[in-house]
Order: sequence, then C-alpha cells, then structure tokens
Amino acid sequence: MSDILIKFILSAGTLFIMFNIAGLLTWVERKQSAVMQDRIGANRASILGFKAMGMFHALADVMKMLSKEEFIPEGANSFLFNLAPYLSVTFALVGFAAIPIGGELILNGHSIQLQAANLNIALIFIFAAMSMGVYGVVLAGFSSNNNYAFLGGMRGAAQMIAYEITMGAAIMGVIMVFNTLDLQALDVAQGAYMFGGWLPKWGVFVQPIAFFLFLTAATAETKRTPFDLPEGESEIIGYFVEYSGMKFGMFFLADLVETVLVAALMTTLFFGGWQVPYLHADGFYFPWGAHIAMTNLPVVILGVLSFFVKVAFFIWVLMAVRWTLPRFRYDQLMNLGWKILLPISLINIAVTAIVITLLG
Amino acid sequence: MENTEKRRQELEKYFDAKGPFGLLRVSQMKRAWKQTNRRELNFWENTYLPMLFSGIYLTSKHFFYNVTFHILHLFGLRKDIKGAVTYQYPEMPRPLASRLRTRHRLTKREDGSPRCVACMMCETVCPARCIEITAAEHPDPNIEKYPAEFILDLGKCVYCGFCVEVCPEDAIRMDTGKLEIAEYSRESMIYNKKRLMDE
Repeated sequence: MSDILIKFILSAGTLFIMFNIAGLLTWVERKQSAVMQDRIGANRASILGFKAMGMFHALADVMKMLSKEEFIPEGANSFLFNLAPYLSVTFALVGFAAIPIGGELILNGHSIQLQAANLNIALIFIFAAMSMGVYGVVLAGFSSNNNYAFLGGMRGAAQMIAYEITMGAAIMGVIMVFNTLDLQALDVAQGAYMFGGWLPKWGVFVQPIAFFLFLTAATAETKRTPFDLPEGESEIIGYFVEYSGMKFGMFFLADLVETVLVAALMTTLFFGGWQVPYLHADGFYFPWGAHIAMTNLPVVILGVLSFFVKVAFFIWVLMAVRWTLPRFRYDQLMNLGWKILLPISLINIAVTAIVITLLG
Repeated sequence: MENTEKRRQELEKYFDAKGPFGLLRVSQMKRAWKQTNRRELNFWENTYLPMLFSGIYLTSKHFFYNVTFHILHLFGLRKDIKGAVTYQYPEMPRPLASRLRTRHRLTKREDGSPRCVACMMCETVCPARCIEITAAEHPDPNIEKYPAEFILDLGKCVYCGFCVEVCPEDAIRMDTGKLEIAEYSRESMIYNKKRLMDE
C-alpha cells in the first residue's frame, strides 16, 4: 500500500513540477527573447497592482484561450480533430515518468528511487513516447480538412522521422559506454570519475559528438525555430492552423513540455542527471583530498536541485537557440538531417564501439 | 567582370550598335544591374557551426549584458545605464526632436489677440486645403485685418509645414509637441481659432 502511495506522490509531484515549468516557460520565452533583443517584454498584466515582472501574462493567456470559441471546421473528422491535441500533450508528458529527478532517498528505512516509473528500459520508453508525439501532428493535419494543415502535418512527420533516427543513433554511444538502458542506473554510472578523479564521467565528456547531435536532433523534435517548419504559425501555416481556443493552447503547451522533456533528457543522458560533481552518497570527496560528511537527506536535496539547475540551463540554451537562428529551408532541413547528422551519428557509434573494444 | 563584358557583347548583338536613336551605344550604357558574385560556401560554413556559434555568442552577449543591468536596477544600482531600449510609450513618451512638425497653434500678441493678419497666404499655399480663414476688419488701422474665424481641419492636414514657412507674421507654428490627435468624429478634428490658440 505504501509503495503505491509513494509512487502516486512521486508521479503527481513530477507531473505538477513539469507542468508548472512548462507553463512558466511561456513567461521565460517572452522575457528571454525580450532581454536578448534589448526589449522589456510583457509587463502589463497585473492582479491588484502586482505585476510580478509580467508573470501573470501566462494566466491571462490561459483565460483568453479558455474563453475562446472551440471551432471545428466543416468536413473535419471531429473525433480525430479533438483527439490530436490530447495525444500531443499526453505523449509529451508521459516521458517524464521515466526520468529520475533525484537519487536514492532513504526514509524510515525505506529506499525510494526518486523516479516516477522505475523502468529498466526507461530510455526506450521515453523514445517510444516521443515518437508517438508525431501522431498528434499527423492527425491534426489529416483531420482538419485543410490542405495547408495537411501539408504542415506531412512536413512535421517527415521532419520528426528524419531527426528521430539521428536522436536514437546519437544516444547509442551513451548506452554503449554506460551499458544500461535504465536511466537511474545511467545516472549512478555517471557518478564515476576519470583522469585521477578530477573529471566526472558525464555523458558529455565521454560522448561530446553525441551530445551535439542529440542537441540538434532534439531541438528538431520540439518543432521550434530553427526547425519550426511543421508549425510556422505566421508564414508557412502549420498543422494546427484550424485549431482555436485551448486546443491550440494544448499544441502550444505540448511544444513547451517537449522543450522541458528534451532539456531533462539532455541533463540525464549527458550531464549526470542529479549528480553533483564530487558528491557521493555520504558527502563530498574532493579530488584534492578534502571531505565533507553529509547525511542522506541533504545529499538527495542537493541532487534534485542540481537536476533542476541543469534542466533550467538547457531550457535557457534551447530558448537562446530558438531566438537566435532563422528557420531552415526545407531542403536544408532534410540535408542536415539525412546527409550530415545521420552519417556522423553512425560514425560515432562505430568509433565508440572500436574504442570500447580496444580499451577492453 | 568578365560576365559583364560578355553580357554587353550579347546585348550589342541584338540591339543597334548605335543605340535606339543613334544617341547611345549599348557599350556606353551605364550598368543597370548589379552583379553580385555568389561564393560557394566552404566546408565549415556548410556545417552551419561557425555562424551558429557566432550568432549564439552575439545574442547571449546582449542577454547577459541586459540581465546584469536589469538585476542591478532591482537593487537601485546603475540606473544611468539602460537594460533595454524600450520607451514605455503612453506613460513615457519618446523625446521629440525640436524641429518635429506637430500640431499647429496660433501665436498671440501681447494683448492675447492672434498675431494673424488674415493675409490668406497659408490658406493659399496649403496643398491639402485644410485651412479656411474668415477675415474681418481690425479696429486698429495699423493692422488692417484679423481672422474672425480660423478653421484648420486636422483630418485633412498633411503636416507639410508650408503654412508655417509661408506666414509673414510668425502667426502659425507647429511646435505644440502634440502628436496624439485622435477623435471619435470628423467634426471634432476640425479646430477653430479658439482651440488653435488655447489648446
């Protein structure tokens, strides 16, 4: 019974945190783009005179979207039309279940892994969920009875298939190095050290090329600029052109949730997840010999904090990329995916295999 | 450059070498087109990486510079350096150039009457024909005329400033600094003498 309760609290907590981060991202996106472009950004919405640096604009947006008309175009398949945004959001959120947000917490002698679903195939589960996300895109395009939406859905499907392969191939190197698909075990394995204990054995240090490949492919997966050809709201018209109200909002939210998911994945796979450098289960062991003893609880809290700091950093990176680069042309997108990223990722796998074999 | 010469030779083949009216040779024609030499991108540029990193560097530089000053402003420090170029418009209007042509006004004499002598110069020069002056005889024989009514339709005005340039008496000026001239009806866009002098 207590196991189920713990799992319930963990999954509810994860969902709550990730949803809130995604909601906050609407604010972050506006403010970060504004600051990058020497502007101020949204700062007018106020509740009783409090403006909170424009954070209430997210609330104002939600209220606007909820009060808008839910329009279903004539000739659209209304079942699939209504299903598509839910598929997008659900499969973006489901991935978080397998991401470990912290290490092993010991509570009253119970050992709790801070991970909603302690799967031994967590990585495959997440990639399956992310691949299912394409159904939301394709269904939205198909069911809208709109040629532009249809073309947008097709572009989305082609792009996501092209980059999913690169993404899968990029993480193969990481799997080979750490020899596991379990993300919790992967994070534990990244707690090892190289070069006489100075450099943590994080994915980015053992697989730097895979990291950049994954960063690019994952940005493409989130369907945001420079890879926003499926959407292209203002110019080329994407798959959700016929959606209004909160259903449009759900597609919008799905993008942001995917951004958080990708940031969390990059943290987990390449930056040690909840690992803090030189922090072991019983405190800090610095390579110059110093030692700070700590109990289990502060270690776990530091780990969770470290995880979210890293996630915030990667969200910052993704946002900076999104507000810096212009959109690719479609042929450039396909060339980049199939002719550049895929061969490099395959070479990376081969080289990694050879090196691992040679090193024994 | 070679291409330009080749193009000229091609043109000379099809056109009269003396030019259309014997006045201008094709070879003497000024180039009407601009030739840009597109360069093939080299390997590094094709990887997008150099431009990607320089772009991220530029935007990040702006981000961290601005964020630093926004945070300092929160603590009341370094208010002299701005973190953004934004003017919060309705509350904080942009400073206007002193020569900017804004809404008109009629200047006054020392006794408060308009300087205008109803010479009709501005009404004549106005390209939009938005000024309508009704002249009347002034009791002072030195002044001759004064405007009994001076109507300026801001709905028609094109803000060319000719009326100001042409006025011999410096009686009309466009220096009120008022730009937000919005009304709910066409009638209220029509300014009479009183509004032009007092508002």
